Amino acid sequence: MTSIARAGPGRLAENILHFARVLRAAGLPVGPAKVIAALEAVQAVGVEHREDFRAALQSVLIERHEHQALFDQAFELFWRNPRLLERMMQLLLPKVYTRASRSDAEAALPARLAEALAAPQSPEREMETQEVSVDALFTFSPREVLQSRDFETMTATELSEVRAMIARLRLPLPERPVRRTVAARRGTTVDLRASLRAMASSGGAVVPLAWRQRRRRRPPLVVLCDISGSMDRYSRMLLFFLHAITNDRDRVHTLLFGTRLTNITRHLRRRDVDVAVARVAAAVSDWAGGTRIGACLAEFNRRWSRRLLGQGAVVLLISDGLDSDVGEGLSLEMERLSKSCRRLIWLNPLLRYDKFEARPAGIRAMLPYVDEFLPVHNLESLKQLAARFAERPARRSTGRGPAFERGARSHVLAA
Amino acid sequence: MSAAALPTDVDAVVALLEQHDYIADRRLATSVFLALKMGRPLFLEGEAGVGKTEIAKVLAVALGRELVRLQCYEGLDTASAVYEWNYPRQMIEIRLAEAQGSVDRDALATDIFAERFLIRRPILQALSAHAGAAPVLLIDELDRTDEPFEAYLLEVLAEYQVTIPELGAIKASSPPIVVITSNRTREIHDAIKRRCLYHWVDYPNAGRELAIGRRKVPGAGAKLSGEVVAFTQRLRAMDLFKAPGIAETLDWAEALVALDRIALDPEAVASTLGALLKYQDDIGAVTPEIAAQLIAEARVEATELGS
Repeated sequence: MTSIARAGPGRLAENILHFARVLRAAGLPVGPAKVIAALEAVQAVGVEHREDFRAALQSVLIERHEHQALFDQAFELFWRNPRLLERMMQLLLPKVYTRASRSDAEAALPARLAEALAAPQSPEREMETQEVSVDALFTFSPREVLQSRDFETMTATELSEVRAMIARLRLPLPERPVRRTVAARRGTTVDLRASLRAMASSGGAVVPLAWRQRRRRRPPLVVLCDISGSMDRYSRMLLFFLHAITNDRDRVHTLLFGTRLTNITRHLRRRDVDVAVARVAAAVSDWAGGTRIGACLAEFNRRWSRRLLGQGAVVLLISDGLDSDVGEGLSLEMERLSKSCRRLIWLNPLLRYDKFEARPAGIRAMLPYVDEFLPVHNLESLKQLAARFAERPARRSTGRGPAFERGARSHVLAA
Repeated sequence: MSAAALPTDVDAVVALLEQHDYIADRRLATSVFLALKMGRPLFLEGEAGVGKTEIAKVLAVALGRELVRLQCYEGLDTASAVYEWNYPRQMIEIRLAEAQGSVDRDALATDIFAERFLIRRPILQALSAHAGAAPVLLIDELDRTDEPFEAYLLEVLAEYQVTIPELGAIKASSPPIVVITSNRTREIHDAIKRRCLYHWVDYPNAGRELAIGRRKVPGAGAKLSGEVVAFTQRLRAMDLFKAPGIAETLDWAEALVALDRIALDPEAVASTLGALLKYQDDIGAVTPEIAAQLIAEARVEATELGS
């Protein structure tokens, strides 16, 4: 590295090191190996053209399209005047953030930038999020019991007990066969390689055939969880549940929505549940606000569905379906969502009321497109959810009947 | 096929690609240049139809290398991506040994797992010795396969070698030029990306798209190609589920040429919009009024582009 650093013209190598540090502070994963590669790249391209120089650094230092905007900002500032940027680092992050949350029309780029910024590594940001976490934990309802009690009516101590129970919950979505095979005693296809090896070592004698069969794997799971005001008590408790299932298995993606959509998968992957929830609290700006289910589903369909709903994904939609503005769009977006996933399951806390009727317009618009409609309001219902997946194949019946009736029946059984 | 020398700077890459009808923007050309110079795989991500696969094909032709293509799909395993043993021939070998009477079991076991019974699939092909220079290995749509295969690729991309249990490691004498593409139907693991040079292939700007159009669809007149490009650029700014890629622009231009159009008109647009937009909702969003307005704007811009 020193040889490269020496070869660089003047203080350039030093500046590149500095620039890499700035990017790291802003949350980009820039390790030492990348810094060395950056020096190498700059040496190869030269510094005659600013654009080439920039492209060289960029192709080495970023590895996600989401990081592009952040890189561009940092590059513009840094290579104009490194000292200036150093002073502005503190100001840069919040400034970008507010702009991102304000402009709705130009959402695509700034939203991603905000997302990139929402995974901060800097110590200051960490402290800030911890404070938020304390708030989040004690804003749960100040009333009372466990198994069958509504989350809404629990005390802080009870909640912490429930949290411990939730941490042990699993969601055993049934496995389905994938195209990969494993060796098996009784399989469906002959394992020629293993058979021949056995034959060769037995000197050509007759040997029993070795077999392989299709491997089975759990399908990817995408959770869309409503965090609007009416869902507040539940969604915060559900976060612990989501954390438990995210860390139990691979291919779980979680997005929260209220008035806008936030992907919190990366935050939930943190092992420690308190750290994870604190990060989520910091990343999400629309806690307990209004709901725009239609708009959020539209955004999901456009920006995320193609990236997350591959390979037979199951979608878990957690919402009470009380949309403040039910437009024409809602049922269209539900239809598209249901058509792009293997199975769409709606968990609705309102189902706990025995006399629940699908009267609100939002619920009526959404119901025809869901495969299952289940309650979720206490620990018991979460457990039943797990039991239900264990016993039933996750396949969609061809004729999709009135889901509400099926859901209602299952609710009666569960009660 | 004789291998050409690698380009020595970014300008040379731009010129080389342009010779073979690939109009790259400078950022992409820089990434390509670095990939060649530093011997790193090039990871291209972007929407469908922006020319990711094409770059590997063009590179192979331009550099006079063989193109080895691995199309990924769910369940892709080593038997179809890397190597497989030739079982029928192995069986015959065992029978022959049997017929000759003296069967030394250990010798037979090593015999039938020798290199001559190996069927080379794309990755092993790319790593094997070549008459000319090392080939271009295109790993297309990596996002379609699953994580276990990605993990397998790590060894290939880091060391340019594969390990066959019965034979040991096979290492490339000269590493291939690797191009990996992804449509981002899921995130590729960071471990893969870290080993590569990353480039997000974006939709081209109007000038570049026009240049591409003129090259690829020479049958379209200056007026038509200008309007087609201006129209498509405007569509991309709309709130669509799937914005049209360059491939769609070219298809559309060809469709209009086939219909003997020399300029856009509402009727032609309405009847050929299916070449450009592939979702019914998107086609529905371009109402006759919007189409008429876009055409009018495109006409104005086309004259600016032309001048």
